[in-house]
Amino acid sequence: MNAPVTVRVQREDFDLAAEVASLSRGRGDIGAVVTFSGLCRDEAGVLGALELEHYPGMAEAEIERICHEAVKRFGLQATTAIHRYGKIMPGENIVLVVTASPHRQAAFDGANFIMDFLKTSAPFWKKEHRADGSTGGWVSAKDADDTARDRWSPKG
Amino acid sequence: MSTVSLVYFSWVRERIGRGEETLELPANVVTVADLLAHLKTLGEQYEAALEHQNVIRAAINQEHVDHGEPIAGAREIALFPPMTGG
Repeated sequence: MNAPVTVRVQREDFDLAAEVASLSRGRGDIGAVVTFSGLCRDEAGVLGALELEHYPGMAEAEIERICHEAVKRFGLQATTAIHRYGKIMPGENIVLVVTASPHRQAAFDGANFIMDFLKTSAPFWKKEHRADGSTGGWVSAKDADDTARDRWSPKG
Repeated sequence: MSTVSLVYFSWVRERIGRGEETLELPANVVTVADLLAHLKTLGEQYEAALEHQNVIRAAINQEHVDHGEPIAGAREIALFPPMTGG
C-alpha cells in the first residue's frame, strides 16, 4: 500500500488546510482525515512565550519512526507530522499531525498514538518565558504523558 | 582511550555550560551508565547536570538507548532530560 509519511521540523508556521490538501491530493481511496494541532497556551496571561529546543536530525528521525509504526499498526493511508521549534507565542501553532485512513477510527487512533509517542520520545524541550519578562524555566515532563503512551502497550 | 562526540540539550546543556564537546574516554567506560559516572568526575557543572542520573535520557547515533547500553562504536552520544515536546 502506498502510505506516504511526511515529517518536517521547522521554525515557520504551517497551514492545516494546505497540509490536508497535500496529503489527499490525487487520491480517491481515502475516506477519513483527522488533524490534530497543538497550540501554545497563555496560562491565564502568565506565559509570554515558549522556546522550543530540539535535537536536529534525531527529532525528524524519531517522529518518522513513530509515524511508520502508526501506519503499520492502524493501516493508515498517509500521515503528516510537523513540529515547530524556536520562539512560539501564545495562540500560535506548535505541532500538527494529519492521518488518513479508509474509515474514521483508524485515523483517530493513529493521530492519538502519534501524539502520545511524540510527546514522550521526540527530542524537544520547552522553556517558558513569562509575560513579565522573567524566565519561567524548563517545562517538566508529566507522568500523565507516560501513562497516555503506555495505554498503547499490551502489557499496560 | 576512545574519542566520542557528546551533545547536550535543555537543562543538561545549560548546567554543563556547552552544547557539544569531544572527549577522550578511558577504556573502563563501557556503558552509558559508566559514561555518566565518568562525566561526574570532570567538574562541578557536570555533577550538577547529572546529579539525578536516573532521569537523564541518552541517545547513541540519534536513537534512544538505556543506561546499560554499550557505547562502543558510538559516533555521537546525546544526553538530555525527559522530553517535553508536542
